[in-house]
Amino acid sequence: MAEKAPGVLAVIHHGNAPTLYRPDNDFMSASKPGEARVVFEDDRVHYSGQYVAIIVAETLEQARYAAELVQVSYAVEDPTIETDAALDSAYLPDEFFGEKLTTTRGDPDVALSRAAVTHAATYTTPIEHHNPIEPSASVAVWNGDELTLYETTQWVAGARKTVAQTLGMPEEKIHIVSPFIGGGFGCKGFVWPHSILSAVAAKRVNRPVKLNLTRKHMFSACGHRSETKQYVQLGAERNGRLVAIDHDTVVQTSMVDEFVEACGNTSRFLYSCPNVRVRHRAVRVNVATPTPMRAPGENPGLFALESALDELAYLLNMDPVELRIVNHADVNEQARRPWSSKYLKECYRMGAERFGWAKRAPQPGSMRDGNVLVGWGMATATYPGIRSPGAAKVRLLQDGHVDVVSATQDMGGGTYTTMAQIAADVMGIAIERIRTVLGDSLLPPAPVSGGSMTTASILPATRKAAQDALSKLRHLAATMPASPFTNRRPDDIVAEGGRVFPKGAHPSSGLPYEDVLKRTNQTEIEGEGYTEPGPERDKYAFQSFGAQFVEVRVDPEIAKVQISRVVSAFDVGKIVNAKTARSQGYSGVVMGVGVALMEHTVYDSRDGSIITSNLADYAIPVNADTRSIDILFVDKPDPFIDSDGLGARGLGEITVTGVAPAVANAVYHATGRRIRDLPITPDKLL
Amino acid sequence: MSITPIDRLEFIRITAAATSVRKDTKSGVSVAPSASVTRALALRVNGEAVRLDVDTRVTLLDALREQLQLFGTKKGCDHGQCGACTVHVNGRRVLSCLTLAVMHDDDDIITVEGLERNGVLHPVQEAFIEHDAFQCGYCTAGQIMSAAALLNEPCGPSDDDVREQMSGNLCRCGAYPNIVAAIQSARGRA
Repeated sequence: MAEKAPGVLAVIHHGNAPTLYRPDNDFMSASKPGEARVVFEDDRVHYSGQYVAIIVAETLEQARYAAELVQVSYAVEDPTIETDAALDSAYLPDEFFGEKLTTTRGDPDVALSRAAVTHAATYTTPIEHHNPIEPSASVAVWNGDELTLYETTQWVAGARKTVAQTLGMPEEKIHIVSPFIGGGFGCKGFVWPHSILSAVAAKRVNRPVKLNLTRKHMFSACGHRSETKQYVQLGAERNGRLVAIDHDTVVQTSMVDEFVEACGNTSRFLYSCPNVRVRHRAVRVNVATPTPMRAPGENPGLFALESALDELAYLLNMDPVELRIVNHADVNEQARRPWSSKYLKECYRMGAERFGWAKRAPQPGSMRDGNVLVGWGMATATYPGIRSPGAAKVRLLQDGHVDVVSATQDMGGGTYTTMAQIAADVMGIAIERIRTVLGDSLLPPAPVSGGSMTTASILPATRKAAQDALSKLRHLAATMPASPFTNRRPDDIVAEGGRVFPKGAHPSSGLPYEDVLKRTNQTEIEGEGYTEPGPERDKYAFQSFGAQFVEVRVDPEIAKVQISRVVSAFDVGKIVNAKTARSQGYSGVVMGVGVALMEHTVYDSRDGSIITSNLADYAIPVNADTRSIDILFVDKPDPFIDSDGLGARGLGEITVTGVAPAVANAVYHATGRRIRDLPITPDKLL
Repeated sequence: MSITPIDRLEFIRITAAATSVRKDTKSGVSVAPSASVTRALALRVNGEAVRLDVDTRVTLLDALREQLQLFGTKKGCDHGQCGACTVHVNGRRVLSCLTLAVMHDDDDIITVEGLERNGVLHPVQEAFIEHDAFQCGYCTAGQIMSAAALLNEPCGPSDDDVREQMSGNLCRCGAYPNIVAAIQSARGRA
C-alpha cells in the first residue's frame, strides 16, 4: 500500500535491503556503531522504536503519509523493560573501554565491620536522553561508487570507518562532512542506523536522500543514558577518615549490544581510602542500546558517592567540605601514580568563599527566607584528563590568510575559536586572518569530540603545525635571491609577529609573511602538526577536579525546588579562552539542573514504548530554571598533559558532574528530606 | 492570519480526510491514498513578495526551509516545544512548525535572515555575539527571533522577567545566562 502512495520512490525493509555487514565494534580502532546489530539484519524487533522500514518519497509530507500506510505484523512476545525484572540474570561485564569494571583494594568487608561510623544506601538514577536541539540527520550523495555523507557526527573519522565496514566499501570511497553540529552530548558519537539507511536509500533510488530523525526518533534511535541502581557503603573513623568504600552498581544494556554506565570507577580514586570495592553488573532489557552521555559513569556515579558522603557528614556532625578535605587523595591510590596536577583543595576554597559557605547553619530546615526553605549543598566534581593522538595543518596563503584545518569537530564547545586563537598566537597575526576548517574526513585525522579530549589533543597539534609553517617560511626566505635574507641560513632568520626578518634586525627591515610567498612564487606554505600522548601517561594520573556549591529555595506548600544560586570552581589546567570556558561551565551546570530536577525517560513496561518521547513530557531546563551561576577556574597549567607547555585539560564534561548531588544535598539541607532517586520531582518531596 | 471562509472549509475537509485514512489504517481497512492538494499563496518574506504553490500539509517551517531555501530557521521538535523555529508573523513571534503555510496567505513573515538592515546586524544579533550567547548555534535563530520580538513586548525590567519570557526557547547547551545578559544589553541599546 505504501509503495503505491503518491510520490513514493522506495520502501526498504529487511526483506529487500542490500547485504550489510556488522562493523568492528571497537572504539579504540575507530570503528564504533551505536549498536552492534545491523539495521534490517533480520526480522526480530528487540525494542520499541527499532527501524522496521524506511520510505523514500519526493517530499517529506508524502513520505510521512506513506509511512502511515505501512502495515507490520508481529508475533508478540513479553518484553523485559524494568531492571528489577531482569535482576536474576544480571551478569558481570569484564571491561569497558579498556577499564576493568570490578576491582577490590584491601578488604572492604572487614573494614566496614570494624568502622566507627558506617552509612549504606541505594541511589538510583533514571534513563536520560541527550536531546540536543538539532536532531540527528544524514544526507547521502552517491557519485558512482563513491559516497558522501553530510552528517551530524561528533567523529568524522569514526563515521567513515564504521560506515565503510557496514556497507562493505573501502574507506577511501567514503567522505564524511560535518562542519557544524547542533549539540551532541554523546548521542552523535557513534554511527547509528540512520546514517546507513540514508546511504542505502540513496543508492536504491539513485539520487541524494535526506533523512532527518524526528524528536520522537531521538528517544530510540541514537542512544541514551542507562538507568542505574547503586548501592553504596561507606565506613569512616570518628575523625572522618574513610576506611571503606563499596560501590555496587546495576545498569541496563540492550539485547543487541553491551554498554555499561561505569558509575563506580571514580569511587576507586576520588578520595583516599585503603579498602575499596567497585562492582558493575548489567541486565539485558528490551530497550535500545545505551551510549555515552555527557560524563558517562561520573555523572550518575557521583550522584551516589557525593550524596552518600553528605549523609556521612551528617552522621559525623562534620562540615561536608571539611569531610572531603580530610579525605583528600594526594595521589591516585588505584593507579598508584601521582596526579599530573591537582588543585581540588583550591576549588573547595574558591567556591566556598564566593558562595559564602562559612555562613551555613548545618541543621536541616534552619535557613529560611520567610516561608521559603533555603538549602545549601555541595559536591565534588571530577572527570579524567583524556588525550588522544591528533593532527592539524596550518596553511599560509599568498593573500595573507591562514587556514587551520583538522578532522576534529565543533559541537558548540568552541574548537573553531580556540584553534584559530592558538594559530594566531604562534604566528603573531590578527585572529581575523585565520580561517578554521573542521569536520571533514579528508582533513588530518583527529579523535572523537567526546571524553573532553579535544583541547588537549588538537591544540598542541595546531601549535606544532603553526610552528612548522613558520619554520618552512624561514627556509623559504633563505632561498630568496636579492633580499634582506641573502646569505642567511634559516636559523638566522626570524618569523614572528606577521613578519620575516634577519635575526638581530628590526622587524621593519623584513617582509610580511605573504610577501615571502609572493616573491618566491609559492602559492602556499603548509605546516603539519601531529602530537600524541607519551610515557607521561604511565607516570601520572591525569584528572580534572572541581567543586559545586548550590543554593535551593523550596516552597514547602507545593514542594517546588528553585535552584537560586550555583557557584562552580574547576581545576581543568590552563584556561585557553576565558569566554568559551565560562560558557562551557554554564552549559554543564544547566544540564546538571535538568539531571537533578526534571530529566527522566518513562517507558511503558507492557510493550517498552516510550511515554515521554517529546520535549514537553521529557522536560529539560528552560531559561527560568536557572538563576545566578558563577563559574570559577583555578587556571593553573597541567605541566605534563602535553609536552608543548599548553597545559590545558578539557572541560566539556566535568562541569555537569557533581551538580545533581549538590542539589540533592541542598534539598536535604532545606527540607530534611533525603532524596536518593533522581530526578527530585515535587511528588518525592510532598 | 487571513483565511477566506472558502479556504477554511477546504482546510477542514482536507484535514478530516487525512485523519480518517489514519484511523482506517489502524483498523486494518485498506484505503486508497488521497492525492495531495496544492494551493497557491502570496505572502511577504523578509520584505519581498513571494508566490508559492504549497502542499496543504506543509508547515510554514518546511515551506521556508525546503521551498524558499531559508535554512536559518531550524526544526528542533516539529511540535512547538523547543522554539528553534520561531519567526515573526505580522510582527509577532510564532512557532513556524505549528502553523501550516497555507494559513499565511497575505502575511508578513520575517525570518532570522531578514533581521539585519542594510548589512547591519540587529542589536540583538550584535549582543548575542558580544555575550557568547550560543554554543552549538542550533537554537540561536529561534532565540534571536524571540528576543527581537521581546524588545517590543511588555516585559518587566529584571533578569527574571527576561528569563520567564524567553522560556519558550530551549537551549540544550545551556547558554541561558549569556542569553539573558545579551538581551538585557540589547534592551539598553534599542
